[in-house]
Amino acid sequence: MDHTSASMNKAADLAEEVRDGGTVIRLSGNLSIACLRDLPDRLDAISGPVDTLDLSDVEYMDTIGAWVLHRTIKRLGCKVIGDKCDAERLIAAVGRLDEPVNIRPDYAPPWKRVVGQIGEAVINSGTTLLGLLGFFGGTLVAAWNVIRHPGRFRINAVVQRFEVVGVSALGIIGLMSFLIGIVIAQQGSVQLRQFGMEMLTINLVGRLTFRELGVLMTAIMVAGRSGSAFAAQLGTMKLTEEVDAMRTIGVSPMEALVLPRTLAVVVMMPLLGFYSSIVAIVGGGFLCAVSLDIPPITFIQRLREVVPIHDLWVGLIKAPVFGVIIALAGCFQGMQVEGNAEEVGLRTTAAVVQAIFLVIVIDAFFAVFFTWVGWN
Amino acid sequence: MAPEEQIAAEESRVEKAVENGDIAISVRNLRNSFGDQVVHEGLNLDVRKGEILGVVGGSGTGKSVLMRSIIGLQTPDEGEIHVFGESMIGRLDDEALAIRKRWGVLFQGGALFSTLTVAENVEVPIREYYPNIGPVLRDEIAAYKIRMTGLPAEAGPKYPAELSGGMKKRAGLARALALDPDLLFLDEPTAGLDPIGAAAFDDQTRKLQQTLGLTVFLITHDLDTLYSICDRVAVLADKKVTAVGTIDELLATDHPWIQEYFNGPRGRAATAAMAREQDKRR
Repeated sequence: MDHTSASMNKAADLAEEVRDGGTVIRLSGNLSIACLRDLPDRLDAISGPVDTLDLSDVEYMDTIGAWVLHRTIKRLGCKVIGDKCDAERLIAAVGRLDEPVNIRPDYAPPWKRVVGQIGEAVINSGTTLLGLLGFFGGTLVAAWNVIRHPGRFRINAVVQRFEVVGVSALGIIGLMSFLIGIVIAQQGSVQLRQFGMEMLTINLVGRLTFRELGVLMTAIMVAGRSGSAFAAQLGTMKLTEEVDAMRTIGVSPMEALVLPRTLAVVVMMPLLGFYSSIVAIVGGGFLCAVSLDIPPITFIQRLREVVPIHDLWVGLIKAPVFGVIIALAGCFQGMQVEGNAEEVGLRTTAAVVQAIFLVIVIDAFFAVFFTWVGWN
Repeated sequence: MAPEEQIAAEESRVEKAVENGDIAISVRNLRNSFGDQVVHEGLNLDVRKGEILGVVGGSGTGKSVLMRSIIGLQTPDEGEIHVFGESMIGRLDDEALAIRKRWGVLFQGGALFSTLTVAENVEVPIREYYPNIGPVLRDEIAAYKIRMTGLPAEAGPKYPAELSGGMKKRAGLARALALDPDLLFLDEPTAGLDPIGAAAFDDQTRKLQQTLGLTVFLITHDLDTLYSICDRVAVLADKKVTAVGTIDELLATDHPWIQEYFNGPRGRAATAAMAREQDKRR
């Protein structure tokens, strides 16, 4: 059964001949996967009747060659002669394994699959929404428990999260807001110049950043930075059974993991949102000074005249609500991880997408609400 | 002997063994390091054709690194590696292809492609290397390979995520055997299996080795595997192969790690189990 260089590359071949009144197929060469070439097809093309397979010129055979012979023998019902290289033993060995095996799962027709997928998606979003609501309830219960037993409050965990969620994000959020401020001022001034009202650029930058953009952009950035991190951290902890270990020791994961993270985001969001608005206005002011020749002192004076104080409140009221959504989506998806590492990636993506989507939906509701109460 | 003479002597020894054609893998003066940490230094090893060679060693002695060096996933700092007489170091992927077709590898976790079913996994090497094999025959080959490794027929259309640990290993073995290799690398095949499953896997390995005339390079921690199926055992310690031989030969050496390994409580239990097994056969 040893490969030698001489027999290694000799292609498998066959010849049909008539011997003693019966048809004989003479096989020759190397019946291994590397040398089979078109032999299986040629064997399939023979429709019989064939009495004998002559293997006396076969130099080497592997199980794939044996399988090809096995299916031919089964189909034509012929016998084997001239076995030199243990062929019959191999053919018998693979013959014992002859049993239908499905290669792929059964496929449903396309329309059925599409309908099934739509149904699944609907059910999924329903259960996710319900689960998120339940998770919110669980967090409230945990918060209530901590309020009743203040000794269980994990001040260290919360402070550590403050740093990760808030302080570490200052750089990137600052840079982003500064650039957004410049872009808004620049685009606005180009349009407003057509009416000779460049001064209104200050209204645009001031009101837009305080009311909407500062908090919204911060929420998107925090969802990408911290929401995803929460999902990945908790998901990995679920996989390594750390969460289960916590439960058995008597530590509630909701109190130890979810509550500090939620609290950190809820406290940090208004601060980051305010910071982002201020930096965006600095960016807008910078552009006004450079390209519209509005000196900074005029810019600030005008800002105080046109931006009502309730614009600031609009932003600051929305910020903690967005924070709750981001933290809950991240922690909820993380706690849903089960099975394998692939799921951590999927859940992390879902956490960010859900958080940003829900933030924008809630923002729309807030816009309607604030108009209704007259904070225009 | 001067170093040059030593190297020359080694080279002639390798050539001779390769000419005789009874050595499947030969490793000479292998050196592997990661940063400052040297894993292998002057490591030599021969694997004979048609044997099951068990490779043992404490954690971190570089058993997997040795395997990865041989199959070309890790480029060593120094040394020579010959597989079937062909040098494997510094070869282009295309050149090494002919040799690559002649070995199959079972990775520790099975390393099945997660987006393909078990049967499709087995078909990947066939599809990749031998496009002349038609789809019908390919499906049939995958089917009997799956049955050959002891998997039930129902396992064919399943995805790896739906399989248990033992079934994953068998599916990985089926893929490793897809091209009827001459050489099989197994990285801790019985780790994480229950004793019954592990024994069944050992049995299957032995049977396949006998049916197909395989040479097996088997990394393991499992003493029962060593006793029941390995022809020889190589011990990795002190950055090299400290001893190679049958278990009886290894027991005769006085290396402290080997003594502790085979004469520790687990080693003694495995020896006793083996003795009982042999009594039963008589």
